[in-house]
Amino acid sequence: MSDTWNIAGNEFSSRLIVGTGKYKDFKQTAAAVEASGAEIVTVAVRRVNVSNPNEPMLVDYVDPKKITYLPNTAGCFTADDAVRTLRLAREAGGWDLVKLEVLGNQKTLYPDMPATFEAAEALIKEGFKVMVYTSDDPIAAKRLEDMGCVAIMPLGAPIGSGLGIQNPVQIRLIIEEANVPVLVDAGVGTASDAAVAMELGCDGVLMNTAIAEAKDPIAMAKAMKLAVESGRLAYQAGRMPKRLYADPSSPLAGLI
Amino acid sequence: MITLTINGDEKRVQTNISLTELLENMQISPQKVAVERNREIVPRSTYNNVMIEDGDQLEIVHFIGGGLHVCL
Repeated sequence: MSDTWNIAGNEFSSRLIVGTGKYKDFKQTAAAVEASGAEIVTVAVRRVNVSNPNEPMLVDYVDPKKITYLPNTAGCFTADDAVRTLRLAREAGGWDLVKLEVLGNQKTLYPDMPATFEAAEALIKEGFKVMVYTSDDPIAAKRLEDMGCVAIMPLGAPIGSGLGIQNPVQIRLIIEEANVPVLVDAGVGTASDAAVAMELGCDGVLMNTAIAEAKDPIAMAKAMKLAVESGRLAYQAGRMPKRLYADPSSPLAGLI
Repeated sequence: MITLTINGDEKRVQTNISLTELLENMQISPQKVAVERNREIVPRSTYNNVMIEDGDQLEIVHFIGGGLHVCL
């Protein structure tokens, strides 16, 4: 049975989106992406090193024709910077699907929501398809969807913290209200965290550090692939209810 | 000679030079970058026709590995 999902008319099988930062080199990045089975990777837009323009580029290792590049605005702290960055990304790559992230605090990397709304509005007006990093506030998430964002991506814990899903109630509330895909974006530390996110009913999970900073990033990429698939399957299967007391698995009738 | 700012650094180049020629001189492949000139995106199809002027502010960018973190 195929279990695909859609973002803005594009169909994907893998529900895992991985970042391409923090790896030892591009070779390791490419191997981790391959092991994760991801069909979408996030990339950053940065100035070309003018003094050494021939240094290796990501596009030489991860083929944008096979893997969807999702340009993101990681590191942008104003709406204006985020919008300029994504305009450049659209010109460099030639695609409209982007990830918007406007940060508000250096220490927590929490999103600046007023600036996020401002940037989202400008980008949507210019024809971008915006997947948006957001706080876990269901009202903010709904407002972003109403504005026209194509995916809502609340954090499960601060970016790069690896704390796991700290806010299952908020994430679930956002999912119940949403008519566009909801992805947990940030906070996953290990495979079970990814499974938890998927069991909550998320359409997907986005991660970078949990794979890149593992001792063996390639093995962790594979673990994340399995965890996302496993969590998705468990969500679809429908878990048993929780009970306070035991309930024997073997029939009690016929006991000697 | 004219003076430009490229990615925040001043650079002196010859007069009457197109954006395509400028990128070639810098050994930058136009297919792998995007260019912003004085805060306006320059469509790649127009690089041949865009003549660089004294005082131009250029940003030349490309994709790098990046995820959810701030990379400087």
